[in-house]
Amino acid sequence: MAPWLLVVALACISATVRLGAQQAVPSPPDVEDGQRLFVGSCANCHGPDGDAVPGVDLGHNQFRRASSDADLIEIIRRGIPGTAMPPGNYSNTQATQIVAYLRSLGLSPERSTNSGDVSRGQALLEGKGQCLTCHQVNGRGSRLGPDLSDVGQLRRAADLERAIVDPSGPVRPQNRAVLVVTKDGETISGRLLNHDTFTVLMLDSTERLRAFSTSALREVSFSKTSSKTSYRDKLSSQEIADLVAYLTSLKGVKAREP
Amino acid sequence: MMKRVLFALLVTGSTLQAQVSFERLLRSDNEPQNWLTYSGSLRGQRYSTLAQITPANVGNLDPQWIFQSRSLEKFEATPLVVDGVMYTVQAPNDIVALDAATGRVFWVYSYRPSTLARLCCGRVNRGLAILGDTLYMGTIDGHLIAVDAQDGRLVWDVKLTKPEAGYSLTLAPLIVKDKVIVGPAGGEYGIRGFVAAYEARTGKEIWRFYTIAGPGEPGRETWGGDSWKTGGGSIWVTGSYDPESNLTYWGIGNAGPDRNGDSRPGDNLYTSSVVALDADSGKLKWHYQFSPHDEFDQDATQIAVLANLQWKGAPRKVMLWANRNGYFYVLDRTTGEFLSGTPFVRVTWAEGFDKQGRPNRVPGQEPTPQGTLVYPGNQGATNWYSPSYSPRTGLFYVPTWVNYASLFIKRPSTYVEGQYFGGGEGRATDAQGLRTGTNNLRTEDEGYGAILAIDPLTGTRKWEYKMTDFTDAGVLTTASDLLFSGGREGYFYALDARTGALLWKFTVGGQVQSSPMTYSAGGRQYVVVNAGSSLFAFALRQ
Repeated sequence: MAPWLLVVALACISATVRLGAQQAVPSPPDVEDGQRLFVGSCANCHGPDGDAVPGVDLGHNQFRRASSDADLIEIIRRGIPGTAMPPGNYSNTQATQIVAYLRSLGLSPERSTNSGDVSRGQALLEGKGQCLTCHQVNGRGSRLGPDLSDVGQLRRAADLERAIVDPSGPVRPQNRAVLVVTKDGETISGRLLNHDTFTVLMLDSTERLRAFSTSALREVSFSKTSSKTSYRDKLSSQEIADLVAYLTSLKGVKAREP
Repeated sequence: MMKRVLFALLVTGSTLQAQVSFERLLRSDNEPQNWLTYSGSLRGQRYSTLAQITPANVGNLDPQWIFQSRSLEKFEATPLVVDGVMYTVQAPNDIVALDAATGRVFWVYSYRPSTLARLCCGRVNRGLAILGDTLYMGTIDGHLIAVDAQDGRLVWDVKLTKPEAGYSLTLAPLIVKDKVIVGPAGGEYGIRGFVAAYEARTGKEIWRFYTIAGPGEPGRETWGGDSWKTGGGSIWVTGSYDPESNLTYWGIGNAGPDRNGDSRPGDNLYTSSVVALDADSGKLKWHYQFSPHDEFDQDATQIAVLANLQWKGAPRKVMLWANRNGYFYVLDRTTGEFLSGTPFVRVTWAEGFDKQGRPNRVPGQEPTPQGTLVYPGNQGATNWYSPSYSPRTGLFYVPTWVNYASLFIKRPSTYVEGQYFGGGEGRATDAQGLRTGTNNLRTEDEGYGAILAIDPLTGTRKWEYKMTDFTDAGVLTTASDLLFSGGREGYFYALDARTGALLWKFTVGGQVQSSPMTYSAGGRQYVVVNAGSSLFAFALRQ
């Protein structure tokens, strides 16, 4: 066994043992629901890895006040008076799901290494990587692919790295592509915005909003997978780390103080 | 001047004579200009003999007036129309009386429900009943009230049950003779459901049938331990009535906790069943359980549709039922005999029936902590919104969720009064989820809505009208072979009831979460549907 595999295996075992003392292993649906709740709210302060608040690492059992799942659930629901941690409007089930997600972070062998350089990553994204031909960052680039302006708020470094080297697999529904062929034989493709029984609405390849009546179309097809190619052989591992470092630094548009 | 006053009084007096006797409710076919009950008749067919609007002229249908409710709740009520006056419910519990020809509001009666009311799925109401000059409404905090149909004055108000324990009334009441019959929703709160009849004049309770069999009652043995106390068995929609047998038919909701049956071993009667009750005494005549020991939230809260068919060469009085569990049933409505059960969508939890009509369960198809993929999904193959039966085409029409599955997840569930008692969840399988109100990016293989036309004699599909999104809209058919429905996409449309061909559509700009109805006023046929927060009245362009 390679030494690093042993380390990973041991980490998993120790994490499982730790969990076992507290509760059953969470089910995948709970983890997924918990992730949605975490990303939608908690990640704003705690970051996608749960380690953005100094001294706290939610994914690796580093808490200031909690020592059990019950403590965590209580804090998630009631907040911590006198601190920046507000009470959350969650049911007991939802709070349990958030804890399930935090525990799954602890089980994950992947952890951001923060070995990349943010400014080099930005240069790569705008230059060699040609990312802006599909993506947009803070108003620059294309609208065809997902907007990356707040991707650092939403996705963990490990997830971003995986998406760069292995973009296969389904994309999120809001990033689905559509292709239509009109009865005149014209083919138009773009990002699907909405559709119903009578219409297809898209952002076409020239970034125009287009609406088509299905009665005027010969063909409609949807794609649920990414058109992106892998950067595994196009960028060095250091370059990928730089790119990830830049992406994780993107936190979206913040409201300005008056 | 005196003559004018006298004339005015005489005119007003004539409406007072137009009381809605039970005789009129029984013979509603004789007055298709009115819509006197939730489904248009006590048979639950949602079929009208009006035929001014036809497949040839339906293209000229235009909105005539719109009523905008002052409520952001789902607008699920089917209005009544009585001699030119429309009565509907602005959610949760405001009764509105309008001029059926113009949409002008005569009066609004506002009921303020208790803040203790607990509802799983919206503070909704599905409509009213009328008898004599009195309107009857169930409230979300478990009251049944009687209101004067002329001036909106409260006549009586009876608290039936405990709102803080999750009992709520969302259905339109059923009138049989001199009684008002209702039952509570609350299947996600561990209620013990019932159907009960109240004296229309006073609100005094006459009989009560518990939908969960308790001590000393047949069926008690189908509940392990004390699980019957929190067994669910809710009522969401109006029952039907057959005057020849004096039986009233009610569809019963899921067992509680919904997705975890460990604490309630047994069949759990009478959840997910239809019961036939004597209308005078409330005594159970027969029952049929669609989903024994349900763990998929398969409420049988659909409208019981009564029809007379030539069944295998002989006339037979039947009940037609497209169930949330994915099967279309034909039952003998006098005896409860199971005549046929045919899947109308993909079904994985059961495979056919034994001779008594009990579904054969598929091993492994049950909720688990990890989640089990089951067709149909949590919202069911269909739900509370009304189907329709046209005696002219002989077809049964049902709004349907096709290609639809959920991941059924089982969780521990402890009963606490007034708290959700679901035993897990039926989770959407597509990444976008079905719970969001965002744009539709779903593809056909991930599920879609449709109107299916089913031949009850064979259980086979005659035609299918596909929509891209799911639907919570009921179906209306008419004697001109038109079918009206809508869906989540915000269209209201007319199909040819014989072929399913689209004949007309209108963008109502909001989800249709109600069942359409029709009536006639001033010589014009109107078709009405709610969409979003508004009620739309359509008629032919003049």
